[in-house]
Amino acid sequence: MKQSLFESRHKAEWEQFVFVLDRLEQGKDASRIASFPKDYRRLCQHLAMARERGYSSFLVDSLQHQVLRGHQQFYRHRSRLGANALAFILADFPRLVREQWRFVLVAGLMFFGSLIGMGLLVYLFPDLIYNLIPAEQVSEMQSMYDPVAGHLGRSAERAASEDWVMFGYYIMHNIGIAFQTFASGVLFGLGSAFFLVFNGLTIGAVAGHLTHIGYGQTFWSFVIGHGAFELSAIVLSGAAGLQLGWALIAPGRLRRGEALRLAARKSVLLICGVMLFLLIAAFIEAYWSSMTAPAPMTKYLVGAGLWLLVAAYLLLAGRTRHAPE
Amino acid sequence: MLETTALPRKATLPPPLDTRYQVETPEGIDLPLRPAGLPVRALAFCIDLGLRGLILGVLFTVLAFLGKLGAGLGSILLFAVSWWYMVLFEVLNQGRSPGKQWMGLRVVQDDGTPVGWAASLLRNLLRFVDLLPFGYFLGAISCLQHPTFKRLGDLAAGTLVIYSEQPLPRPDLPEAAPRRPAFALTLTEQRAILGFAERQGELSEARVNELATLLAQPLQVPPPRALAELNGIARSLLGPA
Repeated sequence: MKQSLFESRHKAEWEQFVFVLDRLEQGKDASRIASFPKDYRRLCQHLAMARERGYSSFLVDSLQHQVLRGHQQFYRHRSRLGANALAFILADFPRLVREQWRFVLVAGLMFFGSLIGMGLLVYLFPDLIYNLIPAEQVSEMQSMYDPVAGHLGRSAERAASEDWVMFGYYIMHNIGIAFQTFASGVLFGLGSAFFLVFNGLTIGAVAGHLTHIGYGQTFWSFVIGHGAFELSAIVLSGAAGLQLGWALIAPGRLRRGEALRLAARKSVLLICGVMLFLLIAAFIEAYWSSMTAPAPMTKYLVGAGLWLLVAAYLLLAGRTRHAPE
Repeated sequence: MLETTALPRKATLPPPLDTRYQVETPEGIDLPLRPAGLPVRALAFCIDLGLRGLILGVLFTVLAFLGKLGAGLGSILLFAVSWWYMVLFEVLNQGRSPGKQWMGLRVVQDDGTPVGWAASLLRNLLRFVDLLPFGYFLGAISCLQHPTFKRLGDLAAGTLVIYSEQPLPRPDLPEAAPRRPAFALTLTEQRAILGFAERQGELSEARVNELATLLAQPLQVPPPRALAELNGIARSLLGPA
């Protein structure tokens, strides 16, 4: 068959296909979508014939262009995150955390180990803190948690109207740190390990110092509530980063690139859960932790409850085969 | 027989010369994608960077009038723009941030399909590592040594930055009376002759004649008639309009 005959015979079909493609690409509901797979495969056949019969480059290239567009619409990956959000929160995320328990354990040991170790050291040898944190920042910290000041949080002159400001600040600051902790894991896990240990040391030093100088009550009652979500989120993002690094160190039977890709697909789900945790943490930190009205005892109780909640969620949720809908 | 050196526009060349990346579809079709290299991607990034600066500048000026509420919103916006700008545009605008759209690029998955939330989030989170230790050093190294120019984020997310294909304008074939060739043509020869006819408009007349004259002897025509002969063969291959 001559090219011009081939073209004129199928021209109408191709135009129709492009029309459907345009609608699909704009996300509109295409009325003739039912015949799309058939039309797409026919177009593929036309392309194969055009190549095989030595038709001109223009025809082959334009058919190829349409086939590529069709391929992109036909085989596009449906987003799993948006559709299964509820199932993810109720079951898939805790399951994933348990499945990756080795990385979570290692990250937890790095973070809490350095936190508790540094806390004890600073409590016993108070001068150590100046090796880690500059003196101005230490005095800034002290003014924040001064029991006499009557306000809690990042600044001494903070008032209730500023809760909103701090909410924004916590979101930006904490999720940023979690993202960095995760992403730097691709450097053979070294980056994640660094951020985990560094954050653990800093927080531990501040905690030890403030407890030592007698501000323990204000400090611990402030941090215990949101700490449940915030600290576990940092550990989980570190675990996700370590997972990336481990895929490069020990790829198993896969090529390193392939192993990294597979590990990344799982760890990005962990990061979605981490973002959720940090949103909750920022909310608690801005609106509950900063309240000065409740007695410290109430705060400790609520904080302990939140820690139990996080632990129970990560350990128990999604154990049954059919997650509650 | 003739050795055809002219290749059809999208034929595959051996690896060092040709960076095209073939995706084999389940239908058994090889779709060539054209990965974009470092300079054009750097330019696209600079455009995006400028645009983000502009957006933040405008927003902060507006928010400055809102006081405390503005400061809170500002932090959230700063976070959203610095971490989510790329992700939102890539997923919602067919893999194209404004800078990429400007430079004619788009992000796709390795199999040529549009990039999804997970992959886009991943490749943009790992941008943080590509930036290390300064000015996209790791990203540039990774990009330059990879056959399809992937930075670390692309490697982990399984994505590819390609040139988006534009629809081709229909070329005008020169007028000529259809001629039957003096001997049977192979497929590559057919495509070469059709390619010559289609691309004549892009070449100077002298060059067209020079190329045609090379074929005068095998076509068994005097050199001045070679061009008309070739166009005639192209016409006859194409068939009646």
